[in-house]
Amino acid sequence: MTNRSTLIGALAFLVLAAAAPALPPWLISLATIAFAHALVVLGLVIMWRAGLVSFGQALYYAVGAYCVALVSRFTGITDAFVLIVLGGLAAGLLAVLVGFLLARYREIFFAMLSLAMSMILYGVLVKTEALGSTDGFNVAPATFLGYAPEGAMLNLALFWLVLVLSALAAAAIGVYFRSVAGAIAVPVRDNEIRIEFLGLSVNRLIHLKLVIAGILGGVGGALAAMTISHVDPNMAYWTTSGGFVFVTILAGAGSIAAAFVGSFAFEMLRSIAVALLPGAWQLILGSVLLITILFVPDGLGSLFMRKTRGKEGEPA
Amino acid sequence: MLTAFAIVTDGLVYAAYLFVVAIGLTLIFGVMKILNVAHGSFYAFGAYGAATAVGIYFDRGLPDAGGFLFMILVAMAIGLVIGLVLERGILRLAYGRDEVVIVLITYAVFLILEDMLILIWGTGSLAAYQPLVAAGNVEVGALILSGYDIGLVIFAGLLALGGSYALNYTRPGRLLTVVIFDRETAAAFGINVTLVYTATFALGAILGALGGAVMAPKIAVTLGIGVEVIVLAFAVVAIGGMGSMEGALVGALIVGLCRAAAVHLVPQIELFVIYGVMALVLIFRPHGLFSRAEPRKI
Amino acid sequence: MTPILSVAGLEKTFGSVVAARDITIDVPAEQTVGIIGANGAGKTTFVNMVTGHLRPSKGTIRFGDKDITGMASRDITRLGISRSFQVAQIFPSLTVFENMCVAAAIARDADGILRRAFTPLRSGQTVAEAEAAIELFQIGSYREARVATLPQGIRKLLDIAMAVAGWPRILLLDEPTSGISIEEKFGLMDVVMSALKSRRVTILFVEHDMEIIGRYADRVLAFYDGTIIADGPPAEALANERVQTLISGTKLRTEAAHA
Repeated sequence: MTNRSTLIGALAFLVLAAAAPALPPWLISLATIAFAHALVVLGLVIMWRAGLVSFGQALYYAVGAYCVALVSRFTGITDAFVLIVLGGLAAGLLAVLVGFLLARYREIFFAMLSLAMSMILYGVLVKTEALGSTDGFNVAPATFLGYAPEGAMLNLALFWLVLVLSALAAAAIGVYFRSVAGAIAVPVRDNEIRIEFLGLSVNRLIHLKLVIAGILGGVGGALAAMTISHVDPNMAYWTTSGGFVFVTILAGAGSIAAAFVGSFAFEMLRSIAVALLPGAWQLILGSVLLITILFVPDGLGSLFMRKTRGKEGEPA
Repeated sequence: MLTAFAIVTDGLVYAAYLFVVAIGLTLIFGVMKILNVAHGSFYAFGAYGAATAVGIYFDRGLPDAGGFLFMILVAMAIGLVIGLVLERGILRLAYGRDEVVIVLITYAVFLILEDMLILIWGTGSLAAYQPLVAAGNVEVGALILSGYDIGLVIFAGLLALGGSYALNYTRPGRLLTVVIFDRETAAAFGINVTLVYTATFALGAILGALGGAVMAPKIAVTLGIGVEVIVLAFAVVAIGGMGSMEGALVGALIVGLCRAAAVHLVPQIELFVIYGVMALVLIFRPHGLFSRAEPRKI
Repeated sequence: MTPILSVAGLEKTFGSVVAARDITIDVPAEQTVGIIGANGAGKTTFVNMVTGHLRPSKGTIRFGDKDITGMASRDITRLGISRSFQVAQIFPSLTVFENMCVAAAIARDADGILRRAFTPLRSGQTVAEAEAAIELFQIGSYREARVATLPQGIRKLLDIAMAVAGWPRILLLDEPTSGISIEEKFGLMDVVMSALKSRRVTILFVEHDMEIIGRYADRVLAFYDGTIIADGPPAEALANERVQTLISGTKLRTEAAHA
């Protein structure tokens, strides 16, 4: 991230945090979910930069969410910080395991296999009584280091939490994008053979990307579970993954901020479309996606950025 | 013993259904290298169209046999129109882009078509049980089999035979095989690749709609059937090897039998088993059972 | 003195096809070895085996005292054996400078996941390495050009420059002058050879042009039908009767075909 965009990001963070109490509750809830989903999208952006599309990112999202729901249900732990760490860890660990397999695949085979993985989880969740089967179950209200807010205050607290985590994630990914592992993304898409013959394992690079994306997916899912206070198997279904991919393409891989703006715009668009044209919101979303892919291939985020090469400190 | 028999018959019926749906998907992938998410919508449109056709036809008390034909023809016509409009209107703009990007385009089309269904048929569900009743039952020992199911298996079998005959022994089929094998050479030999693409996509769409049509009498035709079927069809072609006809057949049989076995023996793992098998196959054969690996030369 | 590269009884078969058989050679450090032979004679197979792209069916490859037979190409690269390609393997959507930065960063990369995720790609030293290599291979005027748009000769130079980023001890060049016009060939080879000599690299290069072999090689290996039929100083090897009938003759035919 350039200094200018860091500054704008920090400013946006402060304005949002300060303005939150004055905003209508529905907007706070919407923004909380949008930013939680933006974390998942950031994971997809990391992979998309290397040319990989996961049609199964809901796997990590659902694992993070169910981890929160199950831990709070069976241990009584409701502390948001603990739950988020657990959600991220559970999803990250899964990504480490699944990654040994997935990192060997590319293109549509990667997309299909990640889809299969998420559908396996979906199949398990739907059929397992102990996990609430198709209905899922409710999640107890979160607490914050002993502080147990209720109603509007709880929503506000969750929003601030999402905001802080978003800022941390954005900063960390900014560092990652400039690092050896993070900057070698376009090269992976361009020419894997050269990377191998320079002495680096492409599969291991991709494995790392998968794990980072998995952790982000888990944290996003954990936050979503606390915000919606409910989990169900649809969180693992392929249409959920499709939604995340949708936002990724819409936002483009050019910038970190675009993931947040894009995710917020998506939730907004969806709420408005559902309210105004309940039978046609997918039609609107699909049309937007189609037009974006066909006419703005670098994502809508690219429209607002000066086309400078080597932004994000990354080659290309 | 009875369970084993039930597993085999159920598995075959399910495999027949999967094969009819998957063959169009694998055809489009084989020729055009497009993994078509909108295939689920073709299926849904076929099912809705067929259910409507059945409603119109059987209300008039016309002979049953004509009803089957009418149902199928309506679905095929719908598939043809959608296929042509999509290929000529949208996909044409994206040829040459990354395979993954084209998947996303078909995903966008899928979203759009899902709502078109609602706009045309509303949110209620349709029933088209009449053909199922008309086909009656067949008793085999202690087991009662539905005549419609037997017909479905025969239909799928004929489709497989006909498809393999068409690919290997007819002129258009051989042209298609050439395009599948090597696009550049095909173009160099004067094969009109543009025309082949349009025809293939339309044919794939017709097959998808046909899948929906033959299933319509067996299911409640309702929202979300396309969403469900597309991931199943993906599993089938991923197992068999994308773009391979034999693969689609074998993949359908594997998924059909595994699912039937799970349903009868361990119902809790019904869904798990399908994708579990898919993952397992992909671990050992990354490109599916019936595909040629293409190592990169340096 | 131990040879830097020592190959013994190397064989590669693909099913019933024998692509290489009974290849045994020792290469002392800092020698420049030209490899000649018709297409399909096993030259690239040999290069692929030494650099880990193909696993030999039989035989051993030693780098100094270390047995590297069957090791992964990236590990062989890290040990100090690098290669360039017949078709330049570069990152087309990046600029020349960015390509070199990636190569230099990987060369300097310590093999630790966390460190790799936090160390900036463009550290001062990496950039300095990249700049030095661009200078060494005289491609500075293309520094900011996207490599997809570069002329063939520059792409080849960049490919070799990237291979050299890790300061290899041995470099294998697979047809460095293929796809280059006759007028440019010597200019390109002059740049490459002086750059590599300045870094004291042991060179094995595959080449079809006997004039280039004669000018740059200290020693010639002539491949025919998967094995070495002549090994010696250029004048001697090129004068060998079998080489003349089997390879130089082929060379004339291929040149006629190209014309």
